[in-house]
Amino acid sequence: MFRKPNASSGVPIYVQLKEQIRHAIETGSLAAGDQLPGIRGLAENLVINPNTVIKVYRELENEGVLEIRHGLGAFVATRRGRSKPEEMRDAQQLVREFVVMLKDQGLNAGEIRRLFEAELITEFQRR
Amino acid sequence: MGAVIETNELKKTYGRQEAVKGLNLAVQDGSVCAFLGQNGAGKSSTIKMLLGMIHPTSGTGSIFGHKIDNERESLLIRQQVAFVAEDKRLYDHMTVAEILRFTRSFFPNWDGDFERQLLDRFELPLDRRVRQLSKGMRTKLALLLGFARGCRLLILDEPTEGLDPVAIEDVLQIVVSLAAQGTTIFFSSHQIAEVEQVADHVLMIDRGKLVLDAPMDQVKEQYRHIQAVFPEPVDERDFRLPGIERVQLEGRTVSLISSRNLDLIMEHIRMLRAGNIDVLPISLKEIFLEKVKARS
Repeated sequence: MFRKPNASSGVPIYVQLKEQIRHAIETGSLAAGDQLPGIRGLAENLVINPNTVIKVYRELENEGVLEIRHGLGAFVATRRGRSKPEEMRDAQQLVREFVVMLKDQGLNAGEIRRLFEAELITEFQRR
Repeated sequence: MGAVIETNELKKTYGRQEAVKGLNLAVQDGSVCAFLGQNGAGKSSTIKMLLGMIHPTSGTGSIFGHKIDNERESLLIRQQVAFVAEDKRLYDHMTVAEILRFTRSFFPNWDGDFERQLLDRFELPLDRRVRQLSKGMRTKLALLLGFARGCRLLILDEPTEGLDPVAIEDVLQIVVSLAAQGTTIFFSSHQIAEVEQVADHVLMIDRGKLVLDAPMDQVKEQYRHIQAVFPEPVDERDFRLPGIERVQLEGRTVSLISSRNLDLIMEHIRMLRAGNIDVLPISLKEIFLEKVKARS
């Protein structure tokens, strides 16, 4: 499915491979839940460094494009959308606004922390 | 990850000629590290010192933590390292089958399955004498004897020299496959295209000194040829920034070569009010020529 990257171009091989995988997902030739080739197999096929394949899979995992299931391999993520760093950034913004609101209502840092912790415990123990 | 090969101020002089002038290098575990340099740059001398074939004039080095210039430790090194020399020297009077049986007997980790696979792939005739093999076949046989040894470290001196393009691709694929299984590979080469394809780290040596030591991706992302045109004539001193390798002035036009800090350099150039800025990638071959030329 993947083409051999052009090693002599100025674009690093890992960037080229990432683009290819993204493109395959965008065009639908890889669908959510599909498994990607193994690291060794893909490295052999494209005759590129296996560390490059590892780097590509890891970065795409961080960006929320792939899911690495340990011992099984890399899969196209089922929940496509925002990447983890983006999610965290947005969440941080929400928390910031919320804390400012509580502070304006006259609560101090210790009180806010206690309320947060209490809610966290109830929320995550219920599951 | 730790370093498999390490040297510290490694030097070799032959009479008055300094072949290696204080080399500090580290090859990381699991990497495919390319060792580039012109003929006579000191590549083979370095490899020979690493393998205890010649003694360093000064400095130290180690492989898997064993000292390279200690006879007993050097023996341990040679048991764990597969080396394929540039001259692919083999016992000429033996047949392919005989040299396989002979070599196999020295290495407890010999991979018999892999040997059969490679024999098949390289189409080597078992009953032919080494003397009667073509240059390409000889190279393939020498590589097979190295690959099948089941070592954690492979040192290859010009592994693909004299091979046709199909065989080169075969060899690179084997290198990639071994790397995927955790073998560290340190190889010298003049074929820059193949280095770009499979190496994740590049070492460049010129006249006995290391002139480049960087991950391949960094080389690809940070080495740029930048050309900028300024409204006023500029001075060379305006471009003394870390990461700027070379500056060439022609009136209001400046040509730069960057090796790192690309973002900062670009910002700096914009701050100097450049009207037009062109940024072009540089191939490893151009970097090589640049490094070698810069010192001559």
